[in-house]
Amino acid sequence: MTRLSTRFAALKREGRAGLIAYIMASDPDHETCFEILRGLPGAGADVIELGFPFSDPMADGVSIQLAAQRALKAGGSLRKTLDLARRFRAEDQTTPLILMGYSNPVEQMGYDGFSRDMANAGADGAIIVDLPPEEDSPLRAAFAPNDLSIIRLATPTTDDNRLTKVLEGASGFLYYVSVAGVTGANAATSENVRAAVERIKRATQLPIAVGFGVRTPEAARAIAQNADAVVVGSAFVDEIAAGGSEQAVERVLRKVEQLSEAVRTARGQ
Amino acid sequence: MATNVESRRNWQDLPDADGRFGQYGGRFVAETLMPLILDLERAYRAAQADPEFAATMQDFWTHYVGRPSPLYFAERLTDHYGAAKIYFKRDELNHTGAHKINNCLGQVLLAVRMGKTRIIAETGAGQHGVATATICARLGLPCVVFMGATDIERQKPNVFRMKLLGADVRPVTSGNATLKDAMNEALRDWVTNVHDTFYCIGTAAGPHPYPEMVRDFQSVIGREAREQILEREGRLPDALMACIGGGSNAIGLFHPFLNDEDVKLYGVEAAGFGLDVYNKHAAAINGGKPGVLHGNRTYLLQDDDGQILEGHSISAGLDYPGVGPEHSYLADIGRAKYLSCTDDEALEAFKLCARLEGILPALEPSHALARVGEVAQEIGKDGLIIMNLCGRGDKDVFTVADALGVTL
Repeated sequence: MTRLSTRFAALKREGRAGLIAYIMASDPDHETCFEILRGLPGAGADVIELGFPFSDPMADGVSIQLAAQRALKAGGSLRKTLDLARRFRAEDQTTPLILMGYSNPVEQMGYDGFSRDMANAGADGAIIVDLPPEEDSPLRAAFAPNDLSIIRLATPTTDDNRLTKVLEGASGFLYYVSVAGVTGANAATSENVRAAVERIKRATQLPIAVGFGVRTPEAARAIAQNADAVVVGSAFVDEIAAGGSEQAVERVLRKVEQLSEAVRTARGQ
Repeated sequence: MATNVESRRNWQDLPDADGRFGQYGGRFVAETLMPLILDLERAYRAAQADPEFAATMQDFWTHYVGRPSPLYFAERLTDHYGAAKIYFKRDELNHTGAHKINNCLGQVLLAVRMGKTRIIAETGAGQHGVATATICARLGLPCVVFMGATDIERQKPNVFRMKLLGADVRPVTSGNATLKDAMNEALRDWVTNVHDTFYCIGTAAGPHPYPEMVRDFQSVIGREAREQILEREGRLPDALMACIGGGSNAIGLFHPFLNDEDVKLYGVEAAGFGLDVYNKHAAAINGGKPGVLHGNRTYLLQDDDGQILEGHSISAGLDYPGVGPEHSYLADIGRAKYLSCTDDEALEAFKLCARLEGILPALEPSHALARVGEVAQEIGKDGLIIMNLCGRGDKDVFTVADALGVTL
């Protein structure tokens, strides 16, 4: 059992969806980010997605673009991201932590080095946005010996044939991108998401997390009806951008509590 | 001999089915875009097999673009260097003033075939934006051009031209607000408008099949040059030269000659303030290393963490941190040689060409011009060189005046 499968099994037993909380490493600075990170499980995050910054995040909306710029300005990097993961894991041995970002920093580190350093840091898997199944075999080969999950994405443009290809070699969970667009943009209608999740569930045993454009408790609650987890990112990142870094920790964690509450109670209503 | 045949076949066949030129190229895009680029590839294969598509293209080339472009013997420049004969392939005489329109025409005609109703493009200096807006006006399609806010400020005449042609020019303020950010923003638009939108990429880069498709559309340059030089001189040239930003004009000239191993190929990258000045040049092959950006693996200007550098060149058209993946491959296997030229050297070449040949070259091909003398010496007196004069310099007069300290 990996930390991810253990966590999703527990959510299933509890009969509720989980909250996957995304923040960008080193945003707004290294230490403030660490304070947010260590507070996430207590505020209700079931899984943590830690972004590593890239100068050209072409699948991201404005919120996460700006987060990446703040992080880079604060000296953020893939190595610093792994450092944050290591410090988090020293305090928390159960909350799954996955990394999310773009392939070039990984290419420069090398796939084997990335896998080894992730395993040493106690990270559990990765989503590399611009590494579709056609291009991720070096990453899969590097991840296998360390039992790290490679989290694939399905989108509204993924038809049944494509879904089969996406699911081959996917592990951890499947990330359903609920709208054709960038992160943090428009929300999908809940009927469309519900239908998509049902379609994917017929094709896989993997847990399904839904993200992109989920900003409010209402939207999160709707998705949590049949998805196994809800991913929220831009809404948290915006709280960091909203003011001074002294209160950033409190603002983000309060927002996490709100969204977590909505996700936890969704199916009881 | 067997080895030669083998390597020839490789050159002819690239990219492979996965869109690779050796380790370069590929399809490094978000999953939302994967079905779109696979669909684009199918549509492109169908168009390639359709004689009507080729006929339509030929008709536009002849009557709208003004092809074939002349192959011109630059006699006074040749005398100036006193070595190999220098010919210019005059793609600056195309409609809109550069080679860019060869590719835009192909892509937008393909978009129409695919039933797409909205065209988007990125632009740096504005040449690709103007060419795309031109074809969209001619074919009656709405056109959105993403352009960095910094570039909009620097290239006001081209912005106005695009607007006159009916394009919606969207300022991009993310990142450093230049070409690579405009390309990021175009990709964000495409991922959001997947059903009706065609992304017309301006250089031989991006995810497969773009590098191949743009190369094929630009190869009309090399095919014509080959015929023309055979007619004029009765033999193939000894060397081809072209400037390299993304490298679409260069690959268009080079590709029909790849199998002619005696024809030397020279690309010239923009060295800005010098290759040894950190982040102040745009020479991806000479001063970068392989990585992944904008859908393909290729040489890139980047730091140790894989963050992309902005770079610099006096020529906005060469001011891009990457290069087309086929050039990365040709550099690695040694089939083409990549030289570089600083801002100052390009300015000198610009002035020399104006005075000796009565042609104002764009600052982009001025980079290739700056190295043409050395290559002519290397080839020697009886040699033949074809240099791609891929754009005209009217757009650059303000930049050149500014660099020379002249107030207009």
